[in-house]
Amino acid sequence: MMRAANGGDAGAYRRLLQELAPLLRAAAGRGFSRYGLGTDDVEDVVQETLLAVHLKRHTWDEGQPLLPWVQAIAHNKLVDSLRRRGRRVHVPIDDVSEVLAADEDYAAMNGVDVERALMRLEGRQRDIVLAISIEGATAREVAERLGMTEGAVRVVLHRALKSLAKAFRSTLP
Amino acid sequence: MKTDDLISAMVVDGGVRRSPLPARFAVAVAAGALVAATLFALGLGVRPDIGSALQTWRFGFKLAVGGLLFALALWACVRLARPDASVRPVLAALAVAPALLAIAVGYELVAVPSHAWIERAIGSNSRICLTAIPLLAIAPLAALLAALRTGAPRSPSAAGAVAGLVAGALAASLYATHCTDDSPLFVVLWYSPAIALVSLAGALAGRWLLRW
Repeated sequence: MMRAANGGDAGAYRRLLQELAPLLRAAAGRGFSRYGLGTDDVEDVVQETLLAVHLKRHTWDEGQPLLPWVQAIAHNKLVDSLRRRGRRVHVPIDDVSEVLAADEDYAAMNGVDVERALMRLEGRQRDIVLAISIEGATAREVAERLGMTEGAVRVVLHRALKSLAKAFRSTLP
Repeated sequence: MKTDDLISAMVVDGGVRRSPLPARFAVAVAAGALVAATLFALGLGVRPDIGSALQTWRFGFKLAVGGLLFALALWACVRLARPDASVRPVLAALAVAPALLAIAVGYELVAVPSHAWIERAIGSNSRICLTAIPLLAIAPLAALLAALRTGAPRSPSAAGAVAGLVAGALAASLYATHCTDDSPLFVVLWYSPAIALVSLAGALAGRWLLRW
């Protein structure tokens, strides 16, 4: 599916990312509870990992299986996140299994970090990201609305996603 | 923002084909080598007796071991740019050139009488060797770090260190065609620390530049 996505198949790419999200959610939840941390921030790690998968997708060797590559990225992002948050969160959770059972609810949750990161984007980048993500507009619709070319919208969107990933990294506890 | 919304943004951004990692490294090495070779030609130049030097095994070995380190370190560097790289083949590849050099040093110690060891090891070009190699390595190291920034190395400092090895080996191979000290004793005593210095610089730069 990633191969199809790298070849430009948008539908396949969406399905792939949507299938990866619950796997990453479960893995991040396990990671957080292993260190006795609450799972409030799980969705932030999921989003940060997906963003890294997206921005670094050319580092996947097409001859290799995809999942170990995704897991390596997820592990890296989990460790980063634990390092960043470790000092802040000290509340041990009483019943890990109960929290894990509630994992699916997090899909409906808003990422906190990504909101904070969005606030730091410059105006046009933020407008374009919001229009495409929340409103589900296409690049062409946004281009017409803002009087830009479609190509320019894509360039701004790509830079905005890179800035988001950078803002994630610098999230302070 | 919900994760599904973020996915929508990534799907719209996903249409652009991105060039694969090996191609990025090929461009980086070509650009870095071009700058280094130009600087080398302007500042140092090939030794005048290159024709007769090529007939000797010591000169040939010096070039071969430098070229081998360059090729294997470059292969390792591309590997380390991926987040799921396994470390063991990388370490094995990096050990080949030092092992060959060690064998050559052993041979030289047997072939040359012991009173001549010091003279061969000290040579006459040690200071320029220690400065020329790091200076020639700057451009290739910068280009390789730029390529690595588009990668996702598990360990930024290790990836930076190997990039330093590639750049150092490239610079050393260029410099080797200028230097008239061909004994493996000289190579191990002066070339190695010069390359190690570039590698250390790469590791330190990697820690800052290669986080993703």
